[in-house]
This record gives sequence, C-alpha cells and structure tokens, in this order.
Amino acid sequence: MAEYTLRIRRYEPEKGLPPYWQDYKVDLEGHRSVLDGILQAKDREDGSIGIRCSCQAAICGSCGVRVNGQAKLACNTKLRDALKRADDGAIVVEPMGNMPVLKDLIVNMDAVHWKKVQRVVPWLLPEGPPPEREYVVPKESMIDVTQSMACIHCGACNSDCLSLEVDPLFIGPAALAKAYRFVGDPRDGQTEERLRDLAEDAHGIYDCTHCFSCIEVCPKGVAPMDQIMRLRRKAVHDYGINDQNNGARHEGAFTKIIRKKGTLDERKLLQDSLGPLRPQGGLALLKALPTGLRGFARGKITPKTALLHERLPGIENVQRIYDHAEEHRTELNLYIVGEGGEQDEQEPAIAETPEASATTNGGQP
Amino acid sequence: MQVAYWPGCVSRGFTPELHGSMAKVADRLGIELVELDRANCCGAGVIAEHNPELADTLNARTFAMAQKTGHMMMNICSTCQGAQSECQERLDADAGYRDHINEVLAAEGLHYEPGVTNKNFLWLLVEDFGLERLAGMVKRPLSGLRVGPFYGCYVLRPTTRLGYQEHPERDLYMERLIEALGADVVEYGGARKCCGFPVITMNRETSLGQAGRHIGDAIDEGADALVTPCPLCHLNLDLQQPDAAKVVGRDLGLPVLHLPQLIGLALGLEPKELGMSKHVVRTTGVERKLSAVATAA
Repeated sequence: MAEYTLRIRRYEPEKGLPPYWQDYKVDLEGHRSVLDGILQAKDREDGSIGIRCSCQAAICGSCGVRVNGQAKLACNTKLRDALKRADDGAIVVEPMGNMPVLKDLIVNMDAVHWKKVQRVVPWLLPEGPPPEREYVVPKESMIDVTQSMACIHCGACNSDCLSLEVDPLFIGPAALAKAYRFVGDPRDGQTEERLRDLAEDAHGIYDCTHCFSCIEVCPKGVAPMDQIMRLRRKAVHDYGINDQNNGARHEGAFTKIIRKKGTLDERKLLQDSLGPLRPQGGLALLKALPTGLRGFARGKITPKTALLHERLPGIENVQRIYDHAEEHRTELNLYIVGEGGEQDEQEPAIAETPEASATTNGGQP
Repeated sequence: MQVAYWPGCVSRGFTPELHGSMAKVADRLGIELVELDRANCCGAGVIAEHNPELADTLNARTFAMAQKTGHMMMNICSTCQGAQSECQERLDADAGYRDHINEVLAAEGLHYEPGVTNKNFLWLLVEDFGLERLAGMVKRPLSGLRVGPFYGCYVLRPTTRLGYQEHPERDLYMERLIEALGADVVEYGGARKCCGFPVITMNRETSLGQAGRHIGDAIDEGADALVTPCPLCHLNLDLQQPDAAKVVGRDLGLPVLHLPQLIGLALGLEPKELGMSKHVVRTTGVERKLSAVATAA
C-alpha cells in the first residue's frame, strides 16, 4: 500500500459558503484509480463528498473530473500517474470546467453538455419511406462514423475546450463530433441542411481554434477536433457552403496562395479571407486596417512583405504535389488503420470511398 | 552543432524580428543553421483541413529536404511543429501510404524515410544543447525580470503525437529556460492555453477574447513580459494586443518577446539588434528593468 494525498475542491451550496480545498489521505496501491481514492475518502473520512460515478470501468462516462488541471475520467486515471504531475505531492481533483458546479465534483451536464448535444439534432433523420428490411450501410461509411460513435458523453472535451471558455455559445466539441456521426451516416437525409446549419451558426464549426484540447483529454479517442475538420471539409467541398464566418473563404484562400507562391503571403490571405468585395468583408477589412498600419509604423510589416511576396524557387514542384493530391482527396485515418502497421500487400494503403471525403480503409474497423 | 533549419513563413513575413533574432542567437550559441530555403509552407493545419494528403505530401517534401542535409531538423514556430508532426504521424504509420507519397516526390529527386527528427528550438535547447551549457553562456542575467511563458497549443497537444512519451516534460521547458536565464517565472492561467489566432478572420471576438484574457491574467500576476516560441501566437498577443484590450475591456500593454529574443538579451545582445523595436507593444519596460539590474550590479 502507498499513501496518496487527494486535494479535493469542495463546494456545498446548502452552506452558502464559497468553494474550499480539503486534503484527504488515502491508502491504496498505485495502480488503483483516482476514483478509488475519492471513494475511499468518502467511505472513511467524509461521506458528504459529492462524486458522480457508476461503472468504474471507463464505459459509462459519469466520473469526469479535472485531475491536476486536466479533464479525465477519475476511474481511468491511476493514482501513481496522477502523482507524477502533482505539485507539492498532492493530487488536485476539481469539478470539470465550462459547466456550473452543483456540488463538489458534480457539474450540471444538462446546462451545457446535453443542451449543446440537443442543438445538433442527435438522431437520424432518414429520407423517404423506410426500406422493407434493415437499412444496409456500406462498410466504408461505417468507418467514417466509427470514431465519433465511440463517444461516451463524459463531457471532458467540453470541460477543457478553450473556445468554449471565452464563447459559451460555441456549439462545442462533443456536440460537433455527434453532428458528424449523422452527417457521415448515409441513411440520413438531411446532410446538407445539417452542414448549412452548423456552418452558418456564428458559433458553429468555424468557432473551433484548433487548440487540440479536446483531442488531448478525450478518454475514448474520439478526437472531436478531427470530426470538426471533417464537417468543414464536407461543408466546403461536397456542398460548396460559403459561411458567414469566412471559414470556407479562409481555407480556400490559404490553399490557393501556397499553390501559387509556396509560402504564406499574409497580407493576401487576410484580404482574400475577408473578401473585400462583399459588404461585410469590406467592413472587416476596414476594421483590420489600424492593425496593419500599426505593423507598418513599427517596421514589422514592410511594403516588401505586404506587397511583393516572392514566389518560392522551384514552385513547379509544389504545384505538381497539388495536382496529384487534389485528384485523390483521401485521408489516412489512424484511428481506423492503427499506427505502425505495415500494409498488407493485397490491401491498398489508400481506398477512395464513393463519397468525396474518403476515409482510408487500409486496416480493420 | 548543425541543424536543417525551417524558419516557417511568418518569421519571414509579419514577424521578421523572429527570423533576425534567431540568426543572431544561433551565432552566439554556435548553432549553424542550414536553411531549407526551398521548402514550402507547412500548411498550418489549414491545408490539412482542406486535404490531408496534400498537407502530408507538402511536409514530406520538407522532411526529405532536411534528410538530404544529414542534420536533424529545427523549426522556430509551434504551429509548424504541430502541423508537421501531424503529417509525420501519418507518414510514419503506414508504409503503403508513404510509398504513394514518395512516388510524387521522386520527380524532384526527393525521398522521405520514416522517422525524421524535427524539433522546435525550445526542445532542441533543452534536449540537445543543454540548459546548463546555456546558463554558462549568460552574460546579462535577467534577474528580477518577471516572465510568463506562453507555449502555443501546437507544442503541447496532442502529447501522443508530440513525443511526450519519450520526453514527458516538454510542457515544462519554458519555465526551466526562463529560470536558466536568471529571470523569474510568472505562473498564470494562460500559459498553456490558446492565443486564438487561428480564428482571427472567422470569429474576432472569440479570438481576441482569448488573447486578451491571457495577457490580462499575466499582468494580474505581475508579469513584465510574456515569451513565446510561436510567431502566430505573437501576432495575436502583440500585433493585435490593442484590439484585444478593447474586446476584453481593460488596459493591457504587456510586452511579448519571441523565444530567441529573451535568450539574446541574456547572451548580451541589445534589444534593437534583436528587433524589439518592431514590436507593437513597446518593450521599454523590459529594457528599463534590465538596465536597472545592470546598474545595480
């Protein structure tokens, strides 16, 4: 047995006091979980500690908490691993972030997580009369949605989402991963409507800042940010949706500039992303003007960097790569093919699915 | 020590002081930068969003160029590190996929072998150069200067992709470096959060709300400056700081240094040589503090 200190953030609304920290000593083997520790403290020291838990096996998704500042399933985090990142020897356990705290380690999932999941219409909306027998879904389409189906709704991604922290209206990683589960489902008849809805919401797919927090904390490998990128790809390439947030324009402008010049021409990117000929684009560009002028005044931005961005020597090599890759539009999804696996000779490394946003099917789902 | 050097686009575009200060600092440290001057943009995650195979091939091209030099590759941009590591993960995972991509590179006489070593300057300093060695070269200890680290997401997450299994403390290097240079580390909420830059053209309020909040938190903890290894973070934290102040509704005015600039100051280089006069938020407070220390000594 080893002794561990859990520093738990307590909040007891009935007492009308602000939250406070309380240390608990627990005796457990290092391979036991933080949840085991919390339950021991609850059992031996203070039965009033509030924690939501059920399966204790990383299946039900109930025991999401923050351990040393990062969202985790308490049942899925070993005490000895948590200790490695504990300041002054105490493992810090707090309720998850971005959600109101009800009591101690229990947050109000209804107020944020479930509300946002409902926002994306999380059920199948099939088109036409149901088939006489079961719907048959091609294997490659299942592969496309397998990753997002692994979600157990623990709320870890919403807890640590850095966009949600400043923009509470952001639909958020969990709900957007859920949205992809239906957008990628061939039985669903509302794909375009779903994508338009998510692209045109100012707090939708283009409110994600690419910070990788959700990917880092997800205990199930759902990689919500990757699903958001798939939603963007599908919206732009399959349906040509031009959103109000300049997301599609930004992606298109960036990609075109590198094809033409090889390296990034920032001034042109800003101009083309905003689209000065559109009324709102012109306005946005006007707003950005003082920023640019400040850069000029300090010699940070020069006429040369702003207006005479040179083409990379050997640009034809970059363009050859574009010509080749744009023919395929494929994606090697490591969640599906696994890492370090050498491909079987018989199976192609890249399989193009009938849909444009193809997912590689090199391995087993 | 020689490295295949990828400076990235922004260090040669809107943050030229980064490229300039890196060259001066490398010279002082005895690191020879073999610049990959024909390499292309890493795509910053945007090209991968558009077409993952395109991003993978473009970065395989850069890796192959680096491998031709026979040296490990070094970058000075968290975003390049993250975008390139993402592509490398796919390229190294699957031989068939790699062969497919190498066929395209062959036209230019290039070939990517799995397992390229590509390190941010920060990682290289700690893991290969050594902080003790660096501390021994300090000519002007930054004593009394209170510095907040700002890592940039792409050298932090996801840890499985960014070599944290082998180097589990990469998310603590900035603090160690600041201490090695004699400065004091400021702990504040934003050190490992997002600067908001990737959505500056899409959702200005979210973007500058993030930058403004982190700068404000650092000021509240008594920081004299922030330091970042990412030029894209620098754009949102410095160039956009007056706008971020408006979004969060408070006065800011916190200088933000590039990583090589902070090191350069400690190695005895002058603020002007390090391009600090190009910053939008004036760095005079930092300079005053350093000269006060020098006078006292």
